Amino acid sequence: MRDALLADGPPAIWLVADGPPTIWEWIARNWDTGRGGSIKNLLGDHLVMSLVPIVAGLALALPLGLASVRWRWLYQPTAGLFNVIYALPSLPVFMLLISVTGLSKTTVIIPLTFYAIAVLIPAVVDGLGSVPDHVRQSAVAMGFTPLRRLLRVELPIATPVVLAGLRVVAVSSISLVSVGAVIGEGGLGMLFTRAYQNPFLPPVIVGIVLIVALALVADALLVLAQRLLTPWVRARRAS
Amino acid sequence: MITFDSVTKRYPDGTVAVDHLSLEAPTGEVTVFVGPSGCGKTTSLRMINRMIDATEGEILLDGRPVREIDPPTLRRGIGYVIQQAGLFPHKKIVDNIATVPHLLGWDRGKARARAMELLERVGLDPAMGERYPFQLSGGQQQRVGVARALAADPPVLLMDEPFSAVDPIVRTSLQDELLRLQAELNKTIVFVTHDIDEAIKLGDRVAVLRVGGRLAQLADPKTLLSEPADDFVREFLGRDRGIRRLQFVSTEGLRLRTDLTVPEGYEGGRSEPWLLVVTKDGRPLGWIAGDGRGGPEPYGTFRPGQDSMRAALDAALLSPSGCAVAVDEEGKVAGVATREALDAALAEAADA
Repeated sequence: MRDALLADGPPAIWLVADGPPTIWEWIARNWDTGRGGSIKNLLGDHLVMSLVPIVAGLALALPLGLASVRWRWLYQPTAGLFNVIYALPSLPVFMLLISVTGLSKTTVIIPLTFYAIAVLIPAVVDGLGSVPDHVRQSAVAMGFTPLRRLLRVELPIATPVVLAGLRVVAVSSISLVSVGAVIGEGGLGMLFTRAYQNPFLPPVIVGIVLIVALALVADALLVLAQRLLTPWVRARRAS
Repeated sequence: MITFDSVTKRYPDGTVAVDHLSLEAPTGEVTVFVGPSGCGKTTSLRMINRMIDATEGEILLDGRPVREIDPPTLRRGIGYVIQQAGLFPHKKIVDNIATVPHLLGWDRGKARARAMELLERVGLDPAMGERYPFQLSGGQQQRVGVARALAADPPVLLMDEPFSAVDPIVRTSLQDELLRLQAELNKTIVFVTHDIDEAIKLGDRVAVLRVGGRLAQLADPKTLLSEPADDFVREFLGRDRGIRRLQFVSTEGLRLRTDLTVPEGYEGGRSEPWLLVVTKDGRPLGWIAGDGRGGPEPYGTFRPGQDSMRAALDAALLSPSGCAVAVDEEGKVAGVATREALDAALAEAADA
Protein backbone atom coordinates (compact mmCIF):
# COMPACT_ATOMS: atom_id res chain seq x y z
CA MET A 1 0.00 0.00 0.00
CA ARG A 2 2.75 2.47 0.75
CA ASP A 3 4.13 1.58 -2.62
CA ALA A 4 0.89 2.54 -4.18
CA LEU A 5 1.03 5.91 -2.45
CA LEU A 6 4.53 6.56 -3.64
CA ALA A 7 3.82 5.39 -7.14
CA ASP A 8 1.65 8.45 -7.75
CA GLY A 9 4.24 10.54 -6.03
CA PRO A 10 3.57 13.14 -3.36
CA PRO A 11 3.01 16.78 -4.24
CA ALA A 12 6.14 18.78 -4.39
CA ILE A 13 5.93 20.31 -0.95
CA TRP A 14 8.65 18.18 0.58
CA LEU A 15 11.11 19.44 -1.89
CA VAL A 16 10.88 23.07 -0.78
CA ALA A 17 14.16 24.09 0.80
CA ASP A 18 13.87 27.56 2.22
CA GLY A 19 11.24 27.27 5.01
CA PRO A 20 7.58 26.27 4.76
CA PRO A 21 5.64 28.09 2.02
CA THR A 22 2.38 29.94 2.65
CA ILE A 23 -0.82 28.14 1.74
CA TRP A 24 -1.16 30.21 -1.44
CA GLU A 25 2.39 29.48 -2.49
CA TRP A 26 1.77 25.83 -1.82
CA ILE A 27 -1.39 25.82 -3.90
CA ALA A 28 0.32 27.65 -6.76
CA ARG A 29 3.16 25.17 -6.78
CA ASN A 30 1.03 22.07 -6.51
CA TRP A 31 -2.06 22.96 -8.53
CA ASP A 32 -0.79 21.50 -11.77
CA THR A 33 2.55 19.77 -11.52
CA GLY A 34 1.87 17.47 -14.42
CA ARG A 35 2.13 14.55 -12.00
CA GLY A 36 -0.60 12.30 -10.65
CA GLY A 37 -0.52 13.89 -7.23
CA SER A 38 -1.25 17.46 -8.31
CA ILE A 39 -4.28 19.11 -6.74
CA LYS A 40 -5.88 19.38 -10.14
CA ASN A 41 -5.54 15.67 -10.82
CA LEU A 42 -6.69 14.72 -7.34
CA LEU A 43 -9.76 16.93 -7.83
CA GLY A 44 -10.48 15.17 -11.13
CA ASP A 45 -10.07 11.73 -9.50
CA HIS A 46 -12.35 12.80 -6.69
CA LEU A 47 -15.03 13.93 -9.09
CA VAL A 48 -14.92 10.67 -11.03
CA MET A 49 -14.97 8.48 -7.93
CA SER A 50 -17.91 10.35 -6.39
CA LEU A 51 -19.99 10.98 -9.52
CA VAL A 52 -19.84 7.44 -10.90
CA PRO A 53 -21.37 5.96 -7.70
CA ILE A 54 -24.09 8.65 -7.67
CA VAL A 55 -25.12 8.02 -11.26
CA ALA A 56 -24.66 4.25 -11.15
CA GLY A 57 -26.42 4.09 -7.79
CA LEU A 58 -29.44 5.92 -9.20
CA ALA A 59 -29.44 3.82 -12.36
CA LEU A 60 -29.47 0.61 -10.30
CA ALA A 61 -31.74 1.79 -7.48
CA LEU A 62 -34.51 2.82 -9.91
CA PRO A 63 -35.20 -0.68 -11.28
CA LEU A 64 -34.64 -2.24 -7.85
CA GLY A 65 -37.05 0.26 -6.29
CA LEU A 66 -39.62 -0.26 -9.04
CA ALA A 67 -39.35 -4.03 -8.61
CA SER A 68 -39.78 -3.61 -4.85
CA VAL A 69 -42.98 -1.67 -5.44
CA ARG A 70 -44.26 -4.11 -8.03
CA TRP A 71 -43.47 -7.19 -5.90
CA ARG A 72 -43.88 -5.99 -2.31
CA TRP A 73 -42.21 -9.10 -0.83
CA LEU A 74 -38.98 -8.15 -2.59
CA TYR A 75 -38.61 -4.86 -0.74
CA GLN A 76 -37.55 -5.96 2.76
CA PRO A 77 -34.93 -8.53 1.61
CA THR A 78 -33.49 -6.09 -0.96
CA ALA A 79 -33.42 -3.12 1.40
CA GLY A 80 -32.05 -5.38 4.15
CA LEU A 81 -29.25 -6.68 1.97
CA PHE A 82 -28.12 -3.22 0.93
CA ASN A 83 -28.34 -1.98 4.51
CA VAL A 84 -26.07 -4.78 5.64
CA ILE A 85 -23.59 -3.84 2.91
CA TYR A 86 -23.94 -0.22 4.02
CA ALA A 87 -23.14 -1.28 7.58
CA LEU A 88 -19.92 -3.09 6.60
CA PRO A 89 -16.87 -1.00 7.52
CA SER A 90 -15.22 0.26 4.36
CA LEU A 91 -11.68 -0.90 5.17
CA PRO A 92 -12.39 -4.66 5.09
CA VAL A 93 -14.58 -4.11 2.04
CA PHE A 94 -11.63 -2.49 0.29
CA MET A 95 -9.39 -5.38 1.32
CA LEU A 96 -11.89 -7.84 -0.07
CA LEU A 97 -12.29 -5.95 -3.34
CA ILE A 98 -8.55 -5.45 -3.88
CA SER A 99 -8.26 -9.15 -4.59
CA VAL A 100 -10.70 -8.65 -7.49
CA THR A 101 -10.26 -5.13 -8.77
CA GLY A 102 -6.81 -4.32 -7.41
CA LEU A 103 -5.62 -0.91 -6.21
CA SER A 104 -7.85 0.97 -8.60
CA LYS A 105 -10.59 3.57 -8.61
CA THR A 106 -13.07 0.74 -9.19
CA THR A 107 -12.27 -0.59 -5.72
CA VAL A 108 -13.48 2.72 -4.28
CA ILE A 109 -16.36 3.17 -6.70
CA ILE A 110 -18.02 -0.20 -6.04
CA PRO A 111 -18.69 0.16 -2.30
CA LEU A 112 -19.78 3.78 -2.77
CA THR A 113 -22.24 2.63 -5.42
CA PHE A 114 -23.66 0.10 -2.98
CA TYR A 115 -24.04 2.82 -0.35
CA ALA A 116 -25.85 4.98 -2.87
CA ILE A 117 -28.20 2.12 -3.71
CA ALA A 118 -28.87 1.48 -0.02
CA VAL A 119 -30.06 5.08 0.40
CA LEU A 120 -31.84 5.39 -2.96
CA ILE A 121 -33.97 2.20 -2.94
CA PRO A 122 -36.08 3.42 0.00
CA ALA A 123 -36.21 6.86 -1.65
CA VAL A 124 -37.60 5.38 -4.86
CA VAL A 125 -40.06 3.17 -2.96
CA ASP A 126 -41.22 6.04 -0.73
CA GLY A 127 -41.38 8.37 -3.71
CA LEU A 128 -43.69 6.03 -5.59
CA GLY A 129 -45.60 5.51 -2.35
CA SER A 130 -46.17 9.27 -2.21
CA VAL A 131 -48.32 9.08 -5.35
CA PRO A 132 -51.88 9.52 -4.00
CA ASP A 133 -54.09 6.54 -4.69
CA HIS A 134 -56.78 8.67 -6.35
CA VAL A 135 -54.19 10.06 -8.75
CA ARG A 136 -53.06 6.57 -9.72
CA GLN A 137 -56.69 5.48 -10.08
CA SER A 138 -57.59 8.39 -12.29
CA ALA A 139 -54.55 7.71 -14.49
CA VAL A 140 -55.74 4.13 -14.93
CA ALA A 141 -59.29 5.30 -15.60
CA MET A 142 -58.19 7.73 -18.29
CA GLY A 143 -56.51 4.99 -20.25
CA PHE A 144 -52.81 5.27 -19.43
CA THR A 145 -50.93 2.07 -20.22
CA PRO A 146 -48.90 0.82 -17.22
CA LEU A 147 -45.57 1.96 -18.68
CA ARG A 148 -46.84 5.37 -19.66
CA ARG A 149 -48.45 5.79 -16.26
CA LEU A 150 -45.12 5.02 -14.61
CA LEU A 151 -43.15 7.42 -16.80
CA ARG A 152 -45.65 10.27 -17.04
CA VAL A 153 -47.42 10.18 -13.72
CA GLU A 154 -45.81 8.08 -11.01
CA LEU A 155 -42.10 8.82 -11.51
CA PRO A 156 -42.62 12.58 -11.93
CA ILE A 157 -44.63 12.69 -8.71
CA ALA A 158 -41.95 10.58 -6.98
CA THR A 159 -39.19 12.94 -8.13
CA PRO A 160 -39.05 15.24 -5.08
CA VAL A 161 -38.57 12.31 -2.70
CA VAL A 162 -35.99 10.64 -4.95
CA LEU A 163 -34.10 13.93 -5.32
CA ALA A 164 -34.04 14.36 -1.55
CA GLY A 165 -32.36 10.94 -1.31
CA LEU A 166 -30.01 11.86 -4.12
CA ARG A 167 -28.85 14.96 -2.21
CA VAL A 168 -27.87 12.79 0.75
CA VAL A 169 -26.11 10.36 -1.59
CA ALA A 170 -24.23 13.10 -3.42
CA VAL A 171 -22.87 14.74 -0.31
CA SER A 172 -21.95 11.47 1.41
CA SER A 173 -20.28 10.05 -1.72
CA ILE A 174 -18.18 13.16 -2.17
CA SER A 175 -17.12 12.99 1.46
CA LEU A 176 -16.56 9.20 1.56
CA VAL A 177 -14.23 9.10 -1.45
CA SER A 178 -11.42 10.33 0.80
CA VAL A 179 -11.51 7.00 2.67
CA GLY A 180 -10.02 5.52 -0.50
CA ALA A 181 -6.75 7.18 0.49
CA VAL A 182 -5.93 4.03 2.49
CA ILE A 183 -5.52 2.16 -0.78
CA GLY A 184 -3.97 5.10 -2.58
CA GLU A 185 -7.12 6.18 -4.43
CA GLY A 186 -8.66 8.79 -2.20
CA GLY A 187 -8.91 11.67 -4.61
CA LEU A 188 -8.55 14.82 -2.52
CA GLY A 189 -8.36 12.52 0.50
CA MET A 190 -4.76 11.87 -0.53
CA LEU A 191 -3.95 15.30 0.78
CA PHE A 192 -4.79 14.18 4.34
CA THR A 193 -2.53 11.12 4.43
CA ARG A 194 0.52 13.34 4.33
CA ALA A 195 -0.47 15.34 7.36
CA TYR A 196 0.80 12.68 9.76
CA GLN A 197 3.98 12.22 7.80
CA ASN A 198 4.80 15.87 7.94
CA PRO A 199 3.10 18.38 10.25
CA PHE A 200 2.26 20.73 7.42
CA LEU A 201 -1.31 22.00 7.27
CA PRO A 202 -1.96 23.60 3.86
CA PRO A 203 -2.71 20.26 2.09
CA VAL A 204 -5.22 19.32 4.80
CA ILE A 205 -6.93 22.68 4.61
CA VAL A 206 -7.04 22.61 0.83
CA GLY A 207 -8.41 19.06 0.91
CA ILE A 208 -11.17 19.90 3.36
CA VAL A 209 -12.15 23.13 1.61
CA LEU A 210 -12.27 21.52 -1.83
CA ILE A 211 -14.28 18.51 -0.63
CA VAL A 212 -16.80 20.71 1.17
CA ALA A 213 -16.97 23.01 -1.85
CA LEU A 214 -17.59 20.05 -4.16
CA ALA A 215 -20.34 18.83 -1.86
CA LEU A 216 -21.96 22.27 -1.77
CA VAL A 217 -21.80 22.65 -5.55
CA ALA A 218 -23.30 19.18 -6.07
CA ASP A 219 -26.06 19.94 -3.58
CA ALA A 220 -26.77 23.31 -5.18
CA LEU A 221 -26.99 21.67 -8.61
CA LEU A 222 -29.47 19.13 -7.27
CA VAL A 223 -31.56 21.86 -5.65
CA LEU A 224 -31.56 23.67 -8.98
CA ALA A 225 -32.55 20.45 -10.75
CA GLN A 226 -35.38 20.03 -8.26
CA ARG A 227 -36.68 23.52 -8.99
CA LEU A 228 -36.58 22.96 -12.72
CA LEU A 229 -38.00 19.43 -12.65
CA THR A 230 -40.67 19.94 -10.02
CA PRO A 231 -42.09 23.45 -10.29
CA TRP A 232 -45.36 22.24 -8.82
CA VAL A 233 -43.69 21.64 -5.45
CA ARG A 234 -42.81 25.30 -5.17
CA ALA A 235 -46.27 26.22 -6.39
CA ARG A 236 -47.73 24.16 -3.57
CA ARG A 237 -45.63 25.91 -0.96
CA ALA A 238 -46.52 29.31 -2.33
CA SER A 239 -50.25 28.69 -2.14
CA MET B 1 -76.47 2.49 -23.81
CA ILE B 2 -74.73 0.50 -21.11
CA THR B 3 -76.23 -2.91 -20.37
CA PHE B 4 -75.51 -5.02 -17.30
CA ASP B 5 -76.47 -8.60 -18.06
CA SER B 6 -76.52 -10.68 -14.90
CA VAL B 7 -73.14 -9.29 -13.80
CA THR B 8 -71.49 -10.81 -10.76
CA LYS B 9 -68.23 -9.87 -9.07
CA ARG B 10 -66.89 -12.45 -6.68
CA TYR B 11 -63.49 -12.04 -5.02
CA PRO B 12 -61.11 -14.97 -4.46
CA ASP B 13 -61.96 -14.97 -0.73
CA GLY B 14 -65.59 -15.63 -1.60
CA THR B 15 -66.94 -12.13 -0.97
CA VAL B 16 -69.64 -11.21 -3.44
CA ALA B 17 -69.49 -7.50 -4.25
CA VAL B 18 -72.05 -7.50 -7.05
CA ASP B 19 -74.67 -10.21 -7.38
CA HIS B 20 -76.36 -10.88 -10.73
CA LEU B 21 -76.92 -7.24 -11.54
CA SER B 22 -79.03 -6.65 -14.63
CA LEU B 23 -79.99 -3.18 -15.72
CA GLU B 24 -79.65 -0.66 -18.51
CA ALA B 25 -78.23 2.85 -18.45
CA PRO B 26 -79.98 4.46 -21.44
CA THR B 27 -78.10 6.71 -23.83
CA GLY B 28 -78.26 10.39 -22.97
CA GLU B 29 -79.63 9.81 -19.49
CA VAL B 30 -78.23 9.99 -15.98
CA THR B 31 -78.41 6.64 -14.20
CA VAL B 32 -77.53 6.84 -10.52
CA PHE B 33 -76.27 3.89 -8.47
CA VAL B 34 -77.12 4.59 -4.87
CA GLY B 35 -76.87 2.52 -1.73
CA PRO B 36 -75.08 2.09 1.60
CA SER B 37 -71.37 1.21 1.79
CA GLY B 38 -70.73 -2.33 0.69
CA CYS B 39 -73.56 -2.37 -1.84
CA GLY B 40 -71.14 -2.72 -4.74
CA LYS B 41 -72.03 0.56 -6.44
CA THR B 42 -68.42 1.62 -7.07
CA THR B 43 -67.47 -1.93 -8.09
CA SER B 44 -70.34 -1.92 -10.59
CA LEU B 45 -69.18 1.40 -11.99
CA ARG B 46 -65.57 0.25 -12.33
CA MET B 47 -66.59 -2.86 -14.15
CA ILE B 48 -67.88 -0.65 -16.97
CA ASN B 49 -64.41 0.66 -17.86
CA ARG B 50 -62.75 -2.57 -16.73
CA MET B 51 -60.85 -1.15 -13.78
CA ILE B 52 -62.39 -4.25 -12.26
CA ASP B 53 -63.33 -7.24 -14.38
CA ALA B 54 -66.64 -9.00 -13.84
CA THR B 55 -66.50 -12.62 -12.68
CA GLU B 56 -69.70 -13.61 -14.45
CA GLY B 57 -72.13 -11.98 -16.79
CA GLU B 58 -71.55 -9.37 -19.42
CA ILE B 59 -71.41 -5.60 -19.62
CA LEU B 60 -72.26 -4.21 -23.01
CA LEU B 61 -71.43 -0.78 -24.33
CA ASP B 62 -73.85 -0.07 -27.17
CA GLY B 63 -74.21 -3.80 -27.62
CA ARG B 64 -70.51 -4.58 -27.58
CA PRO B 65 -69.09 -6.58 -24.65
CA VAL B 66 -66.50 -4.43 -22.84
CA ARG B 67 -64.29 -7.45 -22.15
CA GLU B 68 -63.55 -7.58 -25.88
CA ILE B 69 -62.10 -4.08 -25.83
CA ASP B 70 -58.49 -3.44 -24.79
CA PRO B 71 -58.75 -1.60 -21.41
CA PRO B 72 -56.70 1.53 -22.23
CA THR B 73 -58.61 2.00 -25.49
CA LEU B 74 -61.94 1.42 -23.74
CA ARG B 75 -61.07 3.91 -20.99
CA ARG B 76 -59.97 6.68 -23.35
CA GLY B 77 -63.50 6.61 -24.73
CA ILE B 78 -65.15 6.90 -21.32
CA GLY B 79 -64.88 9.99 -19.12
CA TYR B 80 -64.20 9.33 -15.46
CA VAL B 81 -64.57 11.60 -12.44
CA ILE B 82 -63.64 10.52 -8.91
CA GLN B 83 -64.16 11.88 -5.44
CA GLN B 84 -60.91 13.79 -4.83
CA ALA B 85 -60.83 14.78 -8.51
CA GLY B 86 -57.59 12.80 -8.88
CA LEU B 87 -55.87 15.65 -10.71
CA PHE B 88 -52.19 15.20 -11.51
CA PRO B 89 -50.37 17.43 -9.00
CA HIS B 90 -47.37 17.84 -11.31
CA LYS B 91 -49.35 19.13 -14.28
CA LYS B 92 -50.84 22.54 -14.87
CA ILE B 93 -54.63 22.66 -15.00
CA VAL B 94 -54.68 23.04 -18.78
CA ASP B 95 -52.46 19.95 -19.18
CA ASN B 96 -54.58 18.05 -16.69
CA ILE B 97 -57.66 18.71 -18.78
CA ALA B 98 -55.83 17.83 -22.00
CA THR B 99 -54.70 14.44 -20.61
CA VAL B 100 -56.92 12.18 -22.69
CA PRO B 101 -56.53 14.23 -25.90
CA HIS B 102 -52.76 13.83 -25.40
CA LEU B 103 -53.18 10.08 -24.94
CA LEU B 104 -55.25 9.98 -28.10
CA GLY B 105 -52.46 11.75 -29.93
CA TRP B 106 -54.22 15.03 -30.63
CA ASP B 107 -52.13 17.88 -31.89
CA ARG B 108 -50.82 19.93 -28.93
CA GLY B 109 -52.42 23.19 -29.95
CA LYS B 110 -55.79 21.59 -30.53
CA ALA B 111 -55.67 19.82 -27.17
CA ARG B 112 -54.84 23.08 -25.38
CA ALA B 113 -57.57 24.99 -27.17
CA ARG B 114 -60.07 22.31 -26.22
CA ALA B 115 -58.87 22.45 -22.60
CA MET B 116 -59.32 26.22 -22.42
CA GLU B 117 -62.80 25.94 -23.93
CA LEU B 118 -63.77 23.34 -21.32
CA LEU B 119 -62.35 25.41 -18.49
CA GLU B 120 -64.86 28.11 -19.34
CA ARG B 121 -67.59 25.60 -19.92
CA VAL B 122 -67.35 24.30 -16.35
CA GLY B 123 -67.43 27.85 -15.02
CA LEU B 124 -63.76 28.54 -14.33
CA ASP B 125 -61.59 31.50 -15.24
CA PRO B 126 -59.37 30.54 -18.21
CA ALA B 127 -56.45 32.17 -16.35
CA MET B 128 -56.59 29.18 -13.98
CA GLY B 129 -55.24 27.02 -16.78
CA GLU B 130 -51.69 27.99 -15.90
CA ARG B 131 -52.02 27.07 -12.22
CA TYR B 132 -51.29 23.81 -10.49
CA PRO B 133 -54.04 21.75 -8.81
CA PHE B 134 -52.81 22.60 -5.30
CA GLN B 135 -53.59 26.25 -5.96
CA LEU B 136 -57.29 25.50 -6.48
CA SER B 137 -60.06 24.93 -3.94
CA GLY B 138 -61.73 21.54 -3.65
CA GLY B 139 -64.75 22.70 -5.63
CA GLN B 140 -62.59 24.19 -8.38
CA GLN B 141 -60.54 21.00 -8.57
CA GLN B 142 -63.71 19.00 -8.97
CA ARG B 143 -64.83 21.27 -11.83
CA VAL B 144 -61.48 20.64 -13.48
CA GLY B 145 -62.07 16.93 -12.89
CA VAL B 146 -65.33 17.18 -14.83
CA ALA B 147 -63.67 19.22 -17.59
CA ARG B 148 -60.92 16.61 -17.86
CA ALA B 149 -63.45 13.82 -18.16
CA LEU B 150 -65.18 15.70 -20.98
CA ALA B 151 -61.99 16.65 -22.83
CA ALA B 152 -62.10 14.06 -25.60
CA ASP B 153 -65.90 14.38 -25.82
CA PRO B 154 -66.62 10.79 -24.76
CA PRO B 155 -70.24 9.64 -25.13
CA VAL B 156 -70.14 8.01 -21.70
CA LEU B 157 -69.25 9.58 -18.35
CA LEU B 158 -68.66 7.61 -15.16
CA MET B 159 -68.80 9.60 -11.94
CA ASP B 160 -67.78 8.01 -8.65
CA GLU B 161 -69.04 10.08 -5.72
CA PRO B 162 -67.59 13.15 -7.39
CA PHE B 163 -69.16 15.73 -5.11
CA SER B 164 -69.02 14.07 -1.69
CA ALA B 165 -65.75 15.63 -0.55
CA VAL B 166 -66.87 19.26 -0.90
CA ASP B 167 -69.01 21.38 1.42
CA PRO B 168 -72.80 21.44 0.92
CA ILE B 169 -72.97 24.84 -0.77
CA VAL B 170 -70.28 23.97 -3.29
CA ARG B 171 -71.88 20.55 -3.76
CA THR B 172 -75.21 22.12 -4.67
CA SER B 173 -73.59 24.42 -7.21
CA LEU B 174 -71.62 21.53 -8.72
CA GLN B 175 -74.81 19.49 -9.01
CA ASP B 176 -76.64 22.36 -10.70
CA GLU B 177 -73.66 22.82 -13.01
CA LEU B 178 -73.73 19.15 -13.93
CA LEU B 179 -77.44 19.29 -14.72
CA ARG B 180 -76.85 22.39 -16.86
CA LEU B 181 -73.97 20.70 -18.70
CA GLN B 182 -75.98 17.53 -19.18
CA ALA B 183 -78.85 19.52 -20.68
CA GLU B 184 -76.37 20.76 -23.32
CA LEU B 185 -74.30 17.63 -23.83
CA ASN B 186 -76.68 14.70 -23.37
CA LYS B 187 -74.04 12.25 -22.23
CA THR B 188 -74.76 8.77 -21.01
CA ILE B 189 -73.86 9.22 -17.36
CA VAL B 190 -73.53 6.62 -14.64
CA PHE B 191 -73.26 8.38 -11.31
CA VAL B 192 -72.43 6.69 -8.00
CA THR B 193 -73.41 8.24 -4.67
CA HIS B 194 -74.41 7.21 -1.17
CA ASP B 195 -76.55 10.34 -0.88
CA ILE B 196 -80.16 9.59 -1.81
CA ASP B 197 -81.00 13.30 -2.17
CA GLU B 198 -78.21 13.68 -4.69
CA ALA B 199 -79.48 10.58 -6.51
CA ILE B 200 -83.01 12.00 -6.66
CA LYS B 201 -81.80 15.40 -7.78
CA LEU B 202 -79.49 14.20 -10.56
CA GLY B 203 -80.90 10.90 -11.73
CA ASP B 204 -83.19 10.28 -14.65
CA ARG B 205 -83.17 6.75 -13.27
CA VAL B 206 -82.06 5.64 -9.85
CA ALA B 207 -80.81 2.14 -9.07
CA VAL B 208 -80.96 1.43 -5.35
CA LEU B 209 -78.51 -1.32 -4.41
CA ARG B 210 -78.50 -3.25 -1.17
CA VAL B 211 -75.49 -4.66 0.68
CA GLY B 212 -74.14 -7.68 -1.18
CA GLY B 213 -74.58 -6.02 -4.53
CA ARG B 214 -78.19 -6.83 -5.34
CA LEU B 215 -80.54 -4.46 -7.10
CA ALA B 216 -83.34 -3.41 -4.78
CA GLN B 217 -85.17 -1.08 -7.15
CA LEU B 218 -84.64 0.70 -10.43
CA ALA B 219 -87.03 3.56 -11.09
CA ASP B 220 -87.25 7.23 -11.94
CA PRO B 221 -86.97 9.42 -8.83
CA LYS B 222 -90.66 10.28 -8.64
CA THR B 223 -91.73 6.63 -8.73
CA LEU B 224 -89.02 5.73 -6.26
CA LEU B 225 -90.39 8.25 -3.77
CA SER B 226 -94.03 7.32 -4.21
CA GLU B 227 -93.69 3.57 -4.65
CA PRO B 228 -90.63 2.18 -2.88
CA ALA B 229 -90.33 -1.53 -3.67
CA ASP B 230 -89.75 -2.72 -0.13
CA ASP B 231 -88.82 -1.74 3.42
CA PHE B 232 -85.14 -1.45 2.60
CA VAL B 233 -85.77 1.13 -0.11
CA ARG B 234 -88.36 2.92 2.05
CA GLU B 235 -85.90 3.16 4.91
CA PHE B 236 -83.07 4.22 2.63
CA LEU B 237 -85.20 6.99 1.17
CA GLY B 238 -85.71 8.35 4.67
CA ARG B 239 -88.40 10.71 5.90
CA ASP B 240 -90.40 13.36 4.05
CA ARG B 241 -90.87 11.23 0.96
CA GLY B 242 -94.19 12.94 0.28
CA ILE B 243 -92.77 16.44 0.50
CA ARG B 244 -89.67 15.51 -1.51
CA ARG B 245 -91.84 13.99 -4.19
CA LEU B 246 -93.36 17.44 -4.72
CA GLN B 247 -90.11 18.56 -6.30
CA PHE B 248 -91.15 16.56 -9.35
CA VAL B 249 -94.58 18.27 -9.54
CA SER B 250 -94.60 21.25 -11.83
CA THR B 251 -96.05 24.62 -10.88
CA GLU B 252 -96.97 25.22 -14.49
CA GLY B 253 -100.72 24.81 -14.05
CA LEU B 254 -100.90 26.53 -10.69
CA ARG B 255 -103.72 29.09 -10.62
CA LEU B 256 -102.40 32.56 -9.80
CA ARG B 257 -104.42 35.53 -8.57
CA THR B 258 -103.36 38.98 -9.66
CA ASP B 259 -105.91 40.95 -7.70
CA LEU B 260 -104.22 40.60 -4.30
CA THR B 261 -101.53 43.24 -4.75
CA VAL B 262 -101.58 46.82 -3.54
CA PRO B 263 -99.12 49.67 -4.03
CA GLU B 264 -96.87 51.09 -1.31
CA GLY B 265 -98.75 53.41 1.05
CA TYR B 266 -101.93 51.31 1.10
CA GLU B 267 -104.02 52.34 4.11
CA GLY B 268 -106.77 49.76 4.24
CA GLY B 269 -110.20 49.43 2.72
CA ARG B 270 -110.17 45.99 1.09
CA SER B 271 -111.94 43.01 2.55
CA GLU B 272 -109.18 40.45 1.90
CA PRO B 273 -107.40 39.25 5.09
CA TRP B 274 -103.92 39.74 3.53
CA LEU B 275 -102.62 41.81 0.63
CA LEU B 276 -99.20 41.92 -0.99
CA VAL B 277 -97.51 45.31 -1.05
CA VAL B 278 -95.61 45.81 -4.30
CA THR B 279 -93.01 48.50 -5.01
CA LYS B 280 -93.28 50.90 -7.96
CA ASP B 281 -90.98 48.69 -10.09
CA GLY B 282 -93.11 45.62 -9.39
CA ARG B 283 -91.09 43.87 -6.70
CA PRO B 284 -92.72 42.36 -3.59
CA LEU B 285 -92.28 44.28 -0.35
CA GLY B 286 -94.29 42.16 2.09
CA TRP B 287 -97.75 41.15 3.26
CA ILE B 288 -100.04 43.61 4.95
CA ALA B 289 -103.35 42.98 6.73
CA GLY B 290 -106.46 43.93 4.77
CA ASP B 291 -107.18 46.82 7.12
CA GLY B 292 -103.81 48.33 6.34
CA ARG B 293 -102.47 47.97 9.83
CA GLY B 294 -99.08 46.55 10.77
CA GLY B 295 -95.81 46.60 8.82
CA PRO B 296 -95.05 44.47 5.80
CA GLU B 297 -94.73 40.83 6.90
CA PRO B 298 -92.26 38.30 5.42
CA TYR B 299 -93.02 36.56 2.16
CA GLY B 300 -91.68 33.65 0.09
CA THR B 301 -91.33 33.53 -3.69
CA PHE B 302 -91.20 30.92 -6.42
CA ARG B 303 -90.90 31.04 -10.20
CA PRO B 304 -93.97 29.41 -11.72
CA GLY B 305 -93.17 26.80 -14.35
CA GLN B 306 -89.54 26.64 -13.28
CA ASP B 307 -89.65 25.89 -9.58
CA SER B 308 -91.38 22.79 -8.29
CA MET B 309 -94.47 22.52 -6.11
CA ARG B 310 -92.09 21.91 -3.24
CA ALA B 311 -90.65 25.41 -3.69
CA ALA B 312 -94.14 26.91 -4.01
CA LEU B 313 -95.32 25.19 -0.84
CA ASP B 314 -92.17 26.31 0.93
CA ALA B 315 -92.81 29.90 -0.17
CA ALA B 316 -96.37 29.69 1.14
CA LEU B 317 -95.24 28.41 4.52
CA LEU B 318 -92.85 31.35 4.90
CA SER B 319 -95.55 33.98 4.97
CA PRO B 320 -98.33 34.65 7.51
CA SER B 321 -100.89 34.78 4.68
CA GLY B 322 -100.18 31.18 3.65
CA CYS B 323 -99.89 32.35 0.06
CA ALA B 324 -96.86 31.97 -2.22
CA VAL B 325 -95.66 34.91 -4.28
CA ALA B 326 -95.01 34.09 -7.92
CA VAL B 327 -92.21 36.14 -9.47
CA ASP B 328 -90.77 36.32 -12.97
CA GLU B 329 -87.13 36.12 -14.04
CA GLU B 330 -86.49 39.69 -12.92
CA GLY B 331 -88.03 39.18 -9.53
CA LYS B 332 -91.21 41.11 -10.36
CA VAL B 333 -94.51 39.89 -8.99
CA ALA B 334 -96.44 37.77 -11.46
CA GLY B 335 -99.25 36.83 -9.13
CA VAL B 336 -100.12 35.07 -5.92
CA ALA B 337 -100.82 31.38 -5.38
CA THR B 338 -103.41 31.18 -2.62
CA ARG B 339 -103.95 28.28 -0.24
CA GLU B 340 -106.92 27.18 -2.32
CA ALA B 341 -104.82 27.08 -5.50
CA LEU B 342 -102.02 25.17 -3.75
CA ASP B 343 -104.55 22.79 -2.24
CA ALA B 344 -106.03 22.00 -5.62
CA ALA B 345 -102.58 21.42 -7.14
CA LEU B 346 -101.55 19.17 -4.24
CA ALA B 347 -104.70 17.09 -4.56
CA GLU B 348 -103.95 16.70 -8.25
CA ALA B 349 -100.36 15.68 -7.48
CA ALA B 350 -101.54 13.07 -5.01
CA ASP B 351 -103.77 11.55 -7.69
CA ALA B 352 -101.03 11.47 -10.30
